[in-house]
Amino acid sequence: MSWKIWSLKKSPWVFHVNAGACNNCDIEIVNLLTPKFDVERFGIKLVGSPRHADALLVTGVGTRQAAIRLREVYRQTPKPCVVFCIGACACGTGIFEGGYHVAGPIDKIIREVDPNAIIAYVPGCPPKPEAMISGVVKALSAI
Amino acid sequence: MSIPLNILFWIVVIPGTVVLGLIASWIVRKVSALVQWRVGPPLLQPLYDIMKLMGKEILVPQDAQQTVFIAAPLVGLAGILLLSIMLWRIAIVQTAFLGDIIVAIYLMTLPSLALILGSSASASPHASLGTAREMKLVMGYELSLVLAFIVVIIKTGGQISLAAIAQQAPVLSISGFLAFLVALLCIQAKLGFVPFDIAEAETELGSGVLMEYSGALLAVWKLAQAVMLVGLPLFLVMVFLGGFGTAGLSLVWGIGKYVLILVLLILIKNTNPRVRIDQAMKFFWFYCGITLVIAIILAMIGYYSGISWL
Repeated sequence: MSWKIWSLKKSPWVFHVNAGACNNCDIEIVNLLTPKFDVERFGIKLVGSPRHADALLVTGVGTRQAAIRLREVYRQTPKPCVVFCIGACACGTGIFEGGYHVAGPIDKIIREVDPNAIIAYVPGCPPKPEAMISGVVKALSAI
Repeated sequence: MSIPLNILFWIVVIPGTVVLGLIASWIVRKVSALVQWRVGPPLLQPLYDIMKLMGKEILVPQDAQQTVFIAAPLVGLAGILLLSIMLWRIAIVQTAFLGDIIVAIYLMTLPSLALILGSSASASPHASLGTAREMKLVMGYELSLVLAFIVVIIKTGGQISLAAIAQQAPVLSISGFLAFLVALLCIQAKLGFVPFDIAEAETELGSGVLMEYSGALLAVWKLAQAVMLVGLPLFLVMVFLGGFGTAGLSLVWGIGKYVLILVLLILIKNTNPRVRIDQAMKFFWFYCGITLVIAIILAMIGYYSGISWL
């Protein structure tokens, strides 16, 4: 394992992208960053700009409006980076499947920009913060 | 000082300052975590962050002025490292030149100036808002900071050499204490800590001035901010709290003074909400300005009538 990947695992900075979510997953992400779970123990930090991010936490189904912005945000993120699909909608469009406003699940939108993107899935409606920590750990140990 | 020791000083001083800066930024994060009843990051966390950023891709925006954008972080880091080296030389080697307090004031402005240049070269609307705020903030606190140093110069009888100022402790008088409080708040603004993190506002501007920086350039900015955590409190120790010894008990006492200032800064950071830019300017020009005018009058009275506690 190169030192780049090793240090990436030690300090993954996350950026939160809402791609048309109902706000439920967003509240759980904010819950994850509270002192109760204290993810700074693992070096995880919420940053305000995709240029600083190592991981994108994407919530929501990926609407037609949001898909354009999501691709732009993915291009702006310095590589190597990981995309996390948080929640049932992001993983596979959930109850919105076949809706007129749906541009597809998040992984499809990201793969249009970069076919080799590293994508991890955290299902649930909404997923618990514990499930998100577990997802982040599993994804980072798989790199 | 003997020649081998002098060579050793020049070899150790830059890596040593950077390592101390990383430890200081860990202390900031750990104490903030303890205040919020958390465990906080491990000791090597700032090092992991720098290593990770060094390994990442550097993205330069298409419309950016590339030379300025890339040179600005290096200029900022160089300026603050130069200030730290100057202070270490005065503390350890005891070599100083006349008027070095004025050079130090200019060197302290250099990182903010580089930040303004770098972010305005990045052609990002969020960064330009951050730049405007940073410029106003610099205009706000520089006046108070210089006035606070004038109080010190009057208190020490017109000394403008840091080595001579560091022999005395102006904080033990009324005017010196007022000036110390104001200078502490100015340093808070210089470090970009809450309540004066207006330019970097993570929640509304998306880290504002640093928004477009990524990879190794961001790592250089993070290093500059870490070294500022060494240089600026050390400067306050030299100017207000009677310097930094190198032998035995005075070394422990000097480290104690440094840690005291660092913890004061962290506690102010953790117990205050962010202010607006107009509130910050009103605070520095109006409230701090009046406090410092009173301090200067008291210091002048004390100097001419020979009362040392005024």
